[in-house]
Amino acid sequence: MKRNKSLLLSTPYILWMVIFTLVPLGVVLYYALTDVETGAFTVDNMSKLVRYLPAFGRSILYSLISAVICLLIGYPVAYYMTQCSPTTQRFLYMLVMLPMCMSFLLRTLAWVGLLQDTGIINNILEAIGLPRLPLIRTPAAVILGMVYNYLPYMILPLYAIIVKIDPRLIEAAEDLGCNSTKVFSKVILPLSMPGILSGMTMVFVPAVSTFYISNKLGSTETVLIGDIVERLFKQGDNPNMGAALSLLLMVLVFVCTGIINRFGGDEEGAVIV
Amino acid sequence: MKKFNRVVTVLIFLFLYAPMLVLLIASFNVGKDITEFEGFTLMRYVEVFQDRSMLTMLGNSILVSVLASAIATVFGTFSAVGIYNLKPRMRKAVMSLTNIPMTNPDIVTGISLSLLFVFVGSKLLGQKESLTFWTLLIAHITFNLPYVILNVMPKLQQMNPALTDAAMDLGCTPLQSFFKVTLYEIMPGIISGAIMAFTMSLDDFVISYFVTGLDFITLPVEIYNYTKKQLEPKLYAMFIMMFLLILVLMIVMNLLQVRQDKQKKRREGR
Amino acid sequence: MEFGGERVLDGINLYFNDKEFLTLLGPSGCGKTTTLRIIGGFLQPTSGKVLFDGKSINDVPPYQRQINTVFQRYALFPHLNVYDNIAFGLKVAKLPKEEIHQRVDEMLGVVGLKGYEHRRIDALSGGQQQRVAIARALVNRPKVLLLDEPLAALDLRLRKDMQNELKRIQQVMGITFVYVTHDQEEALSMSDTVVVMDKGRIQQIGRPEDIYNEPKNAFVADFIGESNILDGVMLADYKVKFFGRTFKCLDAGFAPNEPVDVVIRPEDIDFVPPEEGHLTGTVTSVTFKGLNYDIIVDFKGFKWLIQTTDYQPEGATVGIRLNPEDIHIMHKSEYSGMFGDYSSYSAEYDELTEDAEDEEE
Repeated sequence: MKRNKSLLLSTPYILWMVIFTLVPLGVVLYYALTDVETGAFTVDNMSKLVRYLPAFGRSILYSLISAVICLLIGYPVAYYMTQCSPTTQRFLYMLVMLPMCMSFLLRTLAWVGLLQDTGIINNILEAIGLPRLPLIRTPAAVILGMVYNYLPYMILPLYAIIVKIDPRLIEAAEDLGCNSTKVFSKVILPLSMPGILSGMTMVFVPAVSTFYISNKLGSTETVLIGDIVERLFKQGDNPNMGAALSLLLMVLVFVCTGIINRFGGDEEGAVIV
Repeated sequence: MKKFNRVVTVLIFLFLYAPMLVLLIASFNVGKDITEFEGFTLMRYVEVFQDRSMLTMLGNSILVSVLASAIATVFGTFSAVGIYNLKPRMRKAVMSLTNIPMTNPDIVTGISLSLLFVFVGSKLLGQKESLTFWTLLIAHITFNLPYVILNVMPKLQQMNPALTDAAMDLGCTPLQSFFKVTLYEIMPGIISGAIMAFTMSLDDFVISYFVTGLDFITLPVEIYNYTKKQLEPKLYAMFIMMFLLILVLMIVMNLLQVRQDKQKKRREGR
Repeated sequence: MEFGGERVLDGINLYFNDKEFLTLLGPSGCGKTTTLRIIGGFLQPTSGKVLFDGKSINDVPPYQRQINTVFQRYALFPHLNVYDNIAFGLKVAKLPKEEIHQRVDEMLGVVGLKGYEHRRIDALSGGQQQRVAIARALVNRPKVLLLDEPLAALDLRLRKDMQNELKRIQQVMGITFVYVTHDQEEALSMSDTVVVMDKGRIQQIGRPEDIYNEPKNAFVADFIGESNILDGVMLADYKVKFFGRTFKCLDAGFAPNEPVDVVIRPEDIDFVPPEEGHLTGTVTSVTFKGLNYDIIVDFKGFKWLIQTTDYQPEGATVGIRLNPEDIHIMHKSEYSGMFGDYSSYSAEYDELTEDAEDEEE
């Protein structure tokens, strides 16, 4: 009796999700395997993917670097947050979350203003008598953009995991003779692993597929796969090639998250923000 | 060590908020260049309200996000109850389905939906312009649903299952017991799911960019079009106002959380 | 009744009399809560029938049964205050406002919570929440009230008070109570009828005195109070042989030379000087329990528990006499040999298991 009702309640949702998440992926596959002009079956798009391998490599490299930087600078922040009073914790949590909800286009644009050759940072440098630096249109600027945009996705899951660590475990470790460094490396770090893994995923996935950051902060040397996909769809009028590329992108992301989840294997780690 | 963490934290928050600060200052700037402050003015804020097309875009954005998050909240809440009562195996499968839009890069979600709409619209229905307000709305509901489900589900799991038994024991039909008991218990999850869905919807650019047609453009998409040209400083003013709106939303969410925690504490520490 | 593919209830056949206080007693996982949930309508039996006033109510959903439940840990609605919790069922039934008010008021009097109407549930003590739960169920004037371990979450002192309170309420209201517990003392002191269950089967049904004095098998003997259970052979009516000696007893109706279980309650044994005893043994441990001493005595390698006020030092040689009324004979059962040996007895043992059972379900 109860089972039937739960099916009744969940079936519309299941149908909706199948139609609007699984079926579209099938359509992507269909486009990837057909010719843009004739609509006939072809593997041309797939074989042409090789052409885009450098951009793929660059995307992966940049987003991996960004994810690692996010981890290195995000961990102390997340850890510090857990040490604060509950009210402060809530306030800081909000501060971390807030930028995520704001237009990333304009925030990235603000970085352009900061990093430009005649931008705010260079103006300041000049004012205090230092030479101007070539900041924008470099790989470093693109990575900075990624770190800036996706850092909250690292801090929040880390915080969520670290805050749950039972303080008695730390006391127990101290009781058993660990100094503070050892407490960290033997207890806190291993226990925050799920947070680290989900933070890495949550930074890596959007970073590897981003298409605006490199457009604004990078140069033609730093074109990422997301930019190419966007161009193929919106300007190049070759959605079939774009479909093939996004298919590859999706496979890449699922393989990467698969690898990361294999390390952790903990579904709890997938904190939603 | 703690001192080090503190310094890093302060620096990181400066890093996170530096662009906001730049935009805040730019919104009061007489000049058009973001890098040069030429004098203080509130004109930009006035301009926002004089710009018909911009207000329309903002209205569009709000319309889509209110509709999408409201539909997703109602639909998602009932679905969550259904999923919660499924057999564990089935439930796990449905939850993996729910996670697909969460793990898939936005760009892939956007492209796949847009291809679906174009495919169905132009090839099957023979429409000329297959991307419309409705496709945008469907896309938003689709990526909002997981947020609602993932917020409501834990509340269902935390709820004492004996409460619904008790309601039925006292004469409620299953439907009555949902409205009289379950709904109250999972309300915090529904509210935070709805708020999250709304903000995600309001701010969404990538997915909207691919599924929206020419007749219905939302603000983030319009901003993107703007950033390709010479930038209008009133955008900065708009940004700051949006910032304040979301800030208020977050504070509301926070206060709700505080109240809930207090209740929980009282319940446990009786 | 099968549940998750496992048979949890097997051949349960139970009758409830009107206005009776009936207790389902058994260890955790014995099926007592399942039985209660079937009566309440929360579970459908895979086979068998639930009859109410002679009519099958198998297909009647819980919200249409004239049965109400006091849940484990109460399941009070946290978003409603005391008054609204108690009025819940009446409001759902859409009774007139005045009647609801009058009945809730009356119930508040019965459970002694007048003046608490507008308290939040989380501002109440455990005992008060308990009373609200009882009032919430009783205000609907059910024919049968089901109580699922209602006192498990209370501390010992409060539990004792509530036992008396429950008994009083049952007599005032004059309805049938079906009470589930794993606490044998609670069961014995409150019930008209006790149903001892284990492994999804009823082991014994009877008045508390009968269950205590005439346990049917080794499980019941061990679960209800403490028992020394020995292997014996029934030589003839009123004659039983164990430990190589023949004793007189009060039991008859066994086959000649039938192997049996012999139960001797620890409090029925009295020490005598060794030379006067039927049996002699050595004291191996003594624990002071307040009212009495728990003394473990080794008789030829078999350890007995003896509860007495008569102190004996460890290592002392003691004798005991057994009178015919102290000896109770049971048929052999699947439980034979599993209980009644105190070789590994320790004073904390009981408390540990009790705590573990509190966590049940």
